[in-house]
Amino acid sequence: MNFLRTCLVLILLTAPAMAQSEDAFTGLGSNDFDAIGAAITALALSGDKQASPTIHAIHDETLYAAPDGSLLIKADAGYVDARTGAPVADVVEDDLIAVRVNNKVRRAVDAALGSLDLFAATPDIRRKAAAAVFLSRDPAILPALAKAIAGETNDSVRVVIRQAQAASQLANPDATEAEQLAAVAIIRAKGGLEAQSLLGSLRDQTPAVANAAGEALTALARLQQLWSLVQSVIYGLSLGSVLLLAAAGLAITFGVMGVINMAHGEMVMIGAYTTFVVQEVIRARAPWLFEASLFIAVPLAFLVSGGIGIVIERGLIRFLYGRPLETLLATWGLSLVLQQAVRSLFGANNRDVGTPKWMSGATEWGGVTVTYNRLTIVVFAVLVLAALLAVLRYTALGLRMRAVTQNRRMAAAMGIRTPWIDALTFGLGSGIAGMAGVALSQIDNVSPNLGQGYIIDSFMVVVFGGVGNLWGTVVSALTLGIVNKFLEPIAGAVLGKILVLVLLILFIQRKPRGMFPLKGRAVEQ
Amino acid sequence: MASMRHWLRGIGLATAALAATTMLAPQVQAQSPAPPPIKIGILHSLSGTMAISETTLKDVMLMLIEEQNKKGGLLGRKLQAVVVDPASNWPLFAEKARQLITVDKVAAVFGCWTSVSRKSVLPVFEETGNILFYPVQYEGEESSKNVFYTGAAPNQQAIPAVDYLMANEKVKRWVLAGTDYVYPRTTNKILEAYLKAKGVAADDIMINYTPFGHSDWQNIVASIKKFGSAGKKTAVVSTINGDANVPFYKELGNQGIKATDIPVVAFSVGEEELAGIDTKPLVGHLTAWNYFESVNNPANKAFIAQWKAYTKNPKRTTNDPMEAHYIGFNMWIKAVQKAGTTDPAKVIDAMVGISVPNLTGGYSAMMPNHHITKPVLIGEIRADGQMNTVWQTSGTVVANEWSPYLEGSKDLIADWRAPLSCGNFNVVTGKCGGASK
Repeated sequence: MNFLRTCLVLILLTAPAMAQSEDAFTGLGSNDFDAIGAAITALALSGDKQASPTIHAIHDETLYAAPDGSLLIKADAGYVDARTGAPVADVVEDDLIAVRVNNKVRRAVDAALGSLDLFAATPDIRRKAAAAVFLSRDPAILPALAKAIAGETNDSVRVVIRQAQAASQLANPDATEAEQLAAVAIIRAKGGLEAQSLLGSLRDQTPAVANAAGEALTALARLQQLWSLVQSVIYGLSLGSVLLLAAAGLAITFGVMGVINMAHGEMVMIGAYTTFVVQEVIRARAPWLFEASLFIAVPLAFLVSGGIGIVIERGLIRFLYGRPLETLLATWGLSLVLQQAVRSLFGANNRDVGTPKWMSGATEWGGVTVTYNRLTIVVFAVLVLAALLAVLRYTALGLRMRAVTQNRRMAAAMGIRTPWIDALTFGLGSGIAGMAGVALSQIDNVSPNLGQGYIIDSFMVVVFGGVGNLWGTVVSALTLGIVNKFLEPIAGAVLGKILVLVLLILFIQRKPRGMFPLKGRAVEQ
Repeated sequence: MASMRHWLRGIGLATAALAATTMLAPQVQAQSPAPPPIKIGILHSLSGTMAISETTLKDVMLMLIEEQNKKGGLLGRKLQAVVVDPASNWPLFAEKARQLITVDKVAAVFGCWTSVSRKSVLPVFEETGNILFYPVQYEGEESSKNVFYTGAAPNQQAIPAVDYLMANEKVKRWVLAGTDYVYPRTTNKILEAYLKAKGVAADDIMINYTPFGHSDWQNIVASIKKFGSAGKKTAVVSTINGDANVPFYKELGNQGIKATDIPVVAFSVGEEELAGIDTKPLVGHLTAWNYFESVNNPANKAFIAQWKAYTKNPKRTTNDPMEAHYIGFNMWIKAVQKAGTTDPAKVIDAMVGISVPNLTGGYSAMMPNHHITKPVLIGEIRADGQMNTVWQTSGTVVANEWSPYLEGSKDLIADWRAPLSCGNFNVVTGKCGGASK
């Protein structure tokens, strides 16, 4: 009897304690992903003021479970108790287990943060929150959405919240048909791939809703067809600008000087490695400069590659003028030497060149997603080309270069030191290749083989455009880029490339001098 | 090119000689009538495009051999590594393999990475009767008497990954994206047949191939995004190989495709490949392997510590093919001890049934089809470039070297034990070599 009584007392004593620890936070320390997800959703709806920091901590993967059942958030200064927000001292880090996260949990976190952040102070955060709710389509959030719409002051944010409300309404089994039809109309007006995805999932709704969704889907798909044409053109221009950057230097060394420079790709590669070195130095010495690292790398890459170019011209190529076969072999050998040198210096593995924040992400132009890094490269290509044309057209050096390439002996008779001009011209071409390397480091792997991938494309562009004609190079790069991007969806990436090559060979057969051949006596010499 | 190759070959031989002398020096002094060492061939590319992946495997072999020598060698003899460099040149693989077997007289060879290099050396091993340990996940559809496949067959990697996505992410639409060569093409053929057998409509499967080193992923990623917005959950199964993965993942990140919307599960992306990129945009994308560096158990921790000490680089990662060599090497040691000789013919017979600990906390056994049993792990990429195991098979999985989902191979089995001793036995006709390979 005594024993029973003790038991009863014990149960009575422990019961409230158990109830206290079994709160919305408990499930977060679970081993089961479903339980964690459910706990997050419950926590978000609980109205607890610690819900937001805790769920943010899961999002940032800084929430840990301690063996005693408490949850700790790792902050800069130390650990904070997730339930109370009070700092915790003497944490044994080895005993902590990170709260388990997988995609299911991440989705729950996104949805929960969406519902919590709907009332944030900054309109931008509210907009993002509404977009997250749109994707999660949780009918449980509908009351919060209604409240948010009523309290919203920013018109554009209110539109996004309305869309989120419409999406959640379509997932709500209790919604009336009229409400759902109105929701379909809002989604249709929104447009875009997310809207299509949502409308496509409505096939098993009531006939009226399914029909309305089907109609909306057809209309959006038709629009999408048009956009995909625009997309091919834009992506083609982007590819063209990459080709242009890679080929612009070659248009000088091969096009203007006539040197078959097989080591051109390695000048590009050296430019990319210059970027890597600049970033390494910045990371070690001045991390705050990182966002500007590419601006520092561009002139340095020009100088490094240009300097190496001048050395190559003085040390090797000047002995080989007028002997194209020997030049080809010598520069090819040189390209192998440069590759191996870089491999010995930096190792065979790819090097990680970081992307500054302002170049990450993408922007939507109607139905086309354009990434910032590609956009930056298009602008950069235009700037490089403009600078190159300006140098050739308006500077004394450019004048001499043109004079020497048009009539070497006459230029020499006028007092121009033609060997020196040769070296500088080659240096200019190589330097531009180096600047291209900075751009390519953002979209391709920085490895010793980087240049090999671009050398054939570069020659293709220069020959197709017409040797010795810079504008020809521009038109040719953009043409090849766009043709490639139109062929790719139809024929696939592999066959597309082959087709471009075959078309090019046929074209060169008909017009060996390219699209815009130079005319006049200078050519005949 | 020829002179270049000669030069590289020279370097390869020089390193091999150097490694051999440094390793041998102490023992020669210790024991007066030293028995000749047992030679082990290492056939991994140390230059060219595959050097990035294969150099690591050469290093891990040297480490394992050094370790075994510290334990007193094998059968009272020391082990000696013979390193050659086939330079990512497929025909050269066959040439180097022949050199290892006939000139250096090695007892076994550990090597190859790409399927095309394995196909290139296969006739050499079958002709000379020597042994090859092949450590990389591959497309299956092969079983040779002389090859021990310590990497995963498709049913030990690709199919469990697809099952995981179907069950846990409710994926209904599939993009099969790969590099254009034999491994992705065969794997995708198997996966396509498997998905169709599971009731996935042809419209819900998109197959895309790109060349090696592809860098402009803009419209492929855009088309994946478009394919993924048909109202059904979509996933990408990636057999994209090599460094084309870096711009691919970058483009995914930039175009805002998150793992929570369209997860990508990759079969050729490991810790080594992720070491060179910013992994923050990739968090949550999946990989399927039989081993992760992050696996938490004492054997793995010891292996990692040993590897970091051996390479004197605390940042070096470990990966799945390294574990495969670890298993394969230990199996070979056990088989030689069991057979009491290094004679390849006897060792081959002794290999089947050998079981050794793997690094994920279990045992891997050599099966009669010359493939090993392995656990399958699905991991999500973490922000630090490691994998977070989100699912794993309860036990180990036996390899289906001949896929049951392909018309030409579903009736075939391999069993190298006597009396069957056949790599492609047709169970319907009852004949060996009954179907086209």
